[in-house]
Amino acid sequence: MNIHEYQAKALLKGYGAPVAEGVAILKVEEAEAAAKKLPGPLYVVKSQIHAGGRGKGKFKELGPDAKGGVRLAKSIDEVVAHAKEMLGNTLVTAQTGEAGKQVNRLYIEDGADIDRELYCSLLVDRSVGRVAFVVSTEGGMDIEAVAHDTPEKIHTIAIDPETGVTADDVARISKALELTGAAAEDAKSLFPALYKAFGEKDMALLEVNPLIVMKDGHLRVLDAKMSFDGNALFRHDDVKALRDETEEDAKEIEASKWDLAYVALDGNIGCMVNGAGLAMATMDIIKLYGKEPANFCDVGGGAGKDKVAAAFKIITADPKVEGILVNIFGGIMKCDVIAEGVVAAVQEVGLKVPLVVRLEGTNVELGKKILNESGLAITAADDLDDAAKKIVAAINA
Amino acid sequence: MSILVNKNTKVLVQGLTGKTGTFHTEQALAYYGTQMVGGIHPKKGGETWTGSKGETLPIFASVAEGKEKTGADASVIYVPPAGAADAIIEAIDAEIPFITCITEGIPVMDMVRVKARLDRSNSRLLGPNCPGILTPEECKIGIMPGSIFRKGSVGIVSRSGTLTYEAVFQTSNEGLGQTTAVGIGGDPVKGTEFIDVLEMFLADEATTSIIMIGEIGGSAEEDAAQFLIDEAKKGRKKPMAGFIAGRTAPKGRTMGHAGAVVSGGKGDAESKIAAMEAAGIKVSPSPARLGKTLVEVLKG
Repeated sequence: MNIHEYQAKALLKGYGAPVAEGVAILKVEEAEAAAKKLPGPLYVVKSQIHAGGRGKGKFKELGPDAKGGVRLAKSIDEVVAHAKEMLGNTLVTAQTGEAGKQVNRLYIEDGADIDRELYCSLLVDRSVGRVAFVVSTEGGMDIEAVAHDTPEKIHTIAIDPETGVTADDVARISKALELTGAAAEDAKSLFPALYKAFGEKDMALLEVNPLIVMKDGHLRVLDAKMSFDGNALFRHDDVKALRDETEEDAKEIEASKWDLAYVALDGNIGCMVNGAGLAMATMDIIKLYGKEPANFCDVGGGAGKDKVAAAFKIITADPKVEGILVNIFGGIMKCDVIAEGVVAAVQEVGLKVPLVVRLEGTNVELGKKILNESGLAITAADDLDDAAKKIVAAINA
Repeated sequence: MSILVNKNTKVLVQGLTGKTGTFHTEQALAYYGTQMVGGIHPKKGGETWTGSKGETLPIFASVAEGKEKTGADASVIYVPPAGAADAIIEAIDAEIPFITCITEGIPVMDMVRVKARLDRSNSRLLGPNCPGILTPEECKIGIMPGSIFRKGSVGIVSRSGTLTYEAVFQTSNEGLGQTTAVGIGGDPVKGTEFIDVLEMFLADEATTSIIMIGEIGGSAEEDAAQFLIDEAKKGRKKPMAGFIAGRTAPKGRTMGHAGAVVSGGKGDAESKIAAMEAAGIKVSPSPARLGKTLVEVLKG
């Protein structure tokens, strides 16, 4: 789960991290009052969407010459003028895709005098099973490009969970970032604070890009991107409250209510599969036969009939879907439960597109019997290859 | 021969009394008499578990007690996500040599904590978020469907549960059969990696070929490929086929498994496939052709 920059900064501020003063607004009328709360004379007006590349992004409605999704303002009037142009318009960035994202929130922040821009992120380094800092002196730009072009400028420092961030760790991070004086002093509290926030809130990623050294020599978190481990949300009601559903796909929101792993895609073959690997492989094989999947959907191991029916309904509700492939290899999941769920859903919402079902594994005979006796127009498939061929053929017919 | 588990393996069940634990323990008992020797429940110690066909197992209050009374050398965990990490740590503390955690959805930070404990112990953890391990006609730990297995010569290792079943099913249909199938699980932080299992398969005489199934995210497949290249230089090499799931997955989206995400420009399918091919693994373009691909490799 992702949250907005202003929410991430508020959270970090609670851990003592240095962030600028700022106010989030939803309406243009709030812009003036928000700016007046800040010291000035320099302000930054930042689009709040769940995607990066905002500064270089362009508003669809404003044409190519208009300014991007993050703007400097030197007066309160200028803040208001920017807010008028930005709110409600669609920002297209390298990460939003062509459709872009509507800007429904702005964050108006106190400007900073920047001396150096650095990169700092925390993530779980899976190769060692530890939380690691990834830092670079090359901040403020696309870190993937830095990693590709100058990998020697990226430093990874993994933290031992038994000790937390030690003085030695801070020294290594500071050295990698070439911090001196006041910034090096700030580092002694900032990096342990970031680590503490990451662990306590069960984050999946905390990215501060850029972390800046200001002209006065101190550190400041200039931007913050934060995402959380979905598996740990059960113990963080405060984090769950930060969820902005307008940023998410409606089908994905519905799927998450049923605890279904669902990702909306652009193709037209709907998929319902058990197991993440098989669900990905099912997408891959559809592509191999020349079509595109409409979604990734893993109903998981312990799904009951209701959950299977809910998944089926979400898939059929997608207007792009011209055919459905159900692919089940039952281990923990029993084939008869899948069959019952599919039959129940079809009886409730009807079936307007071809449906191919492949069942294998636990209780497979019982599952096949339920489908056969349902009297529904279901095409049975022998294996995954056969299933993919049959659904592609049905759509092309 | 086989790896990690055989007919002498004695297994305790943590989370036996739940619905999932009960169903799969019944299945394990029915599978060539896998030695399920007891269950663990802190409040039900001394009671007896009864399966739907009248099977019974003793319940112990702790893993340590269960191990002492039964001589168990393995445990399998079906405990729900919020308590699963503590269940693994209890098994580590009881010095269970081989721990399998089936549970899906354990918070990653919990696994970071588990990993630190595991690194200082002599226990091996398989999983979490995995289907377990099965040695045909000897021992079934976890949730793999026993009916598709056949005793044979292929070692199977996979990050994906259901794709493990595909590989098992197809190698059975090709008449090759399996020595052991190992599901290492789809989480980013886990106990056993590809390299650990590949090392065991290379050392196991009965295993004459290997199928390795990976997916997007992380660099475990690339690491495994490098390991295989290094071992081949020492003359240790077996015929291998493989598959990588997620060629069509969009970047930055987590595909079901917590570990299956292409992020920071790393972990995409193409680089994994290239690394595996470079290590001499024949990578099948279709998950439906794993068995046939291995047969082609074996024919040379």
